[in-house]
Amino acid sequence: MGFLDIDNATKSYGAVEVLHKVDISIEEGEFLVLVGPSGCGKSTLLNMIAGLEEITSGEIRIRSDVMNGVHPSKRNIAMVFQSYALYPNMTVGQNITFGLEMHGTPKPEREKAMRDVARLLQIEQLLDRKPGQLSGGQRQRVAMGRALVRNPDVFLFDEPLSNLDAKLRVDMRTEIKKLHQNLGTTIVYVTHDQIEAMTLSTRIAVMNGGYVQQLGTPQEIYDSPSNIFVATFMGSPAMNVIPATVRIQNGIPQAEITRYDGSPAHLPFSQPNLSQWDGREILLGIRPETVTDVDGADRKSTNIAHLTNRIVVTEPAGSDTFVSMSLGGKDVIARMRSDAEVRAGQDFDFAVNMEKAVAFDPETEDRIPA
Amino acid sequence: MSIASQDTAIRTGRVTRTLIYVVLILFALFYMLPLYVMLVNSVKPLAEITGGGMMNLPEQVTFEPWLKAWSSAQIGVEPTGLAPYFWNSIKMVVPAVAVSTILGALNGYVLTKWRFKYDTILFGLMLFACFIPFQIVLIPMARMLGLMGLAGTTWGLALVHVVYGIGFTTLYFRNYYAVFPTELIRAAQIDGAGFFQIFWRILLPSSGPIAVVSIIWQFTNIWNDFLFGASFAGADSQPMTVALNNLVQASHGVKEYNVHFAGAILAAMPTLLVYVVAGRYFVRGLMAGSVKG
Repeated sequence: MGFLDIDNATKSYGAVEVLHKVDISIEEGEFLVLVGPSGCGKSTLLNMIAGLEEITSGEIRIRSDVMNGVHPSKRNIAMVFQSYALYPNMTVGQNITFGLEMHGTPKPEREKAMRDVARLLQIEQLLDRKPGQLSGGQRQRVAMGRALVRNPDVFLFDEPLSNLDAKLRVDMRTEIKKLHQNLGTTIVYVTHDQIEAMTLSTRIAVMNGGYVQQLGTPQEIYDSPSNIFVATFMGSPAMNVIPATVRIQNGIPQAEITRYDGSPAHLPFSQPNLSQWDGREILLGIRPETVTDVDGADRKSTNIAHLTNRIVVTEPAGSDTFVSMSLGGKDVIARMRSDAEVRAGQDFDFAVNMEKAVAFDPETEDRIPA
Repeated sequence: MSIASQDTAIRTGRVTRTLIYVVLILFALFYMLPLYVMLVNSVKPLAEITGGGMMNLPEQVTFEPWLKAWSSAQIGVEPTGLAPYFWNSIKMVVPAVAVSTILGALNGYVLTKWRFKYDTILFGLMLFACFIPFQIVLIPMARMLGLMGLAGTTWGLALVHVVYGIGFTTLYFRNYYAVFPTELIRAAQIDGAGFFQIFWRILLPSSGPIAVVSIIWQFTNIWNDFLFGASFAGADSQPMTVALNNLVQASHGVKEYNVHFAGAILAAMPTLLVYVVAGRYFVRGLMAGSVKG
């Protein structure tokens, strides 16, 4: 039993079930990110934890106390909203202490708590201003201050960075991570941004269509996606998914894929148990950064396969150069060092790190276990 | 090329603008004419009016008609002037405006932030109240006031106006709160604020513009109402409008036009004053929600 348990939680609006038997359990101090495309149910799940939405069936427990039907203010949670939801008629200081006031905390204690939080977030000079006079980043800090001051069991963040501009978003992301490391708080964080999910979390729940597709550490999610949805949703550029046929040669399963000119190429798998798939169609998943030039290949890998193919387009992006080619009838992206010597129309010798390759069942779209 | 076209643009603008202003000023003057006639004639001795020349400025300025209208003119049978009726109107308008505005705000709050099944139907029915002609409800309302023991009292009159006003005030506040971010309400809920705390601490302080709209609208309508006042008020609770009618319609003696004009201005003064004081908030409130920002 964890610190926050979501046990078979289901949410329906009338006859429409939008969340299907969600099961998540996290420990104290964990940073859980709920990530998925819009409409996947992640915000609904967060609102259910907050108590802003009823649970249709199942249970949500915090510190083993069942929270079904408990009022949001009595769950000892705090929430940071996407729009920050600062009270426009109150000063920053009043915004921060409003929750304490409502819970009947005496004024001297409120003042002290407010000062402490303001110092932590470096917003002391803003305490007497109204939210309308603050910039986006400052509002964000105040919203976090309002959550922090109550010292809750669980922090809930609902896409808190999506209203900030790109640079500020990266800065605030780091701030949130620092805050989590320093305070060791338990956080549930909703985002549709897979980079936020990867960088912040200790564990990620990837959601789609009201189902949790996969729950795991960022590394597990990235390296061993449980299905094609997770594989292509996490990572940018997305994982390449290429139709392939399994051929066993000398006892080693190989992926046979079609090159741009229709000729076959063979890439040996590191996965031994693909032998029962001999002669059958699979979908081969390879991350762009595992396809490189020969010099740039991962030296620790024990399974680098060579593949000659024609380059269609090169896209220099400063730190990397993205190279696209055609494999198995699909556009495939390779991510190379910026100094790799590539040009469009060239036949190039690619190195594919097959240790990192994954295989999917084309029927179920689930990963074939290694 | 570009210089030439710029030149034309400016000249066209100037001509058009002059035309627009001339037309606007003419209309404004025309619109102000009745007020001018009333003001000018209310400070003339009666002889000057009956001698003709309604548009002329007074040859001799006197405030006697004003004093008479306020404190000694014959209203019905008593020579009390309009003063007691003015206070009757105030005693009716202030509670009626306050209560209908607060109830409208509460209704708007519930209809937008505490949604329930069939709330839109309920709102539709409340809107319907805005379109019921006064005459239809006269007899049932009289019966209700009688049953409640409020017949012929200022409180009874105030109640009638509250009931009639709720439809409008609910409409204003509902539409205003519909665009008020629901996340704020949720944040306050998580902060532990209850139903009324959210209303008083979060919603009302942000409702200034729409409250002004509601107050001006209600004040003007209730102050200017004649039908309900004439139908439901007792002899000692008649509002200003009814008293003014009694002053002007008096069938005996000389028609004192200057006193009538002064009385009419006195009756119109509070609504004018409210609009002058709060008018700019009125426009702002009517615009609120229609434009982002």
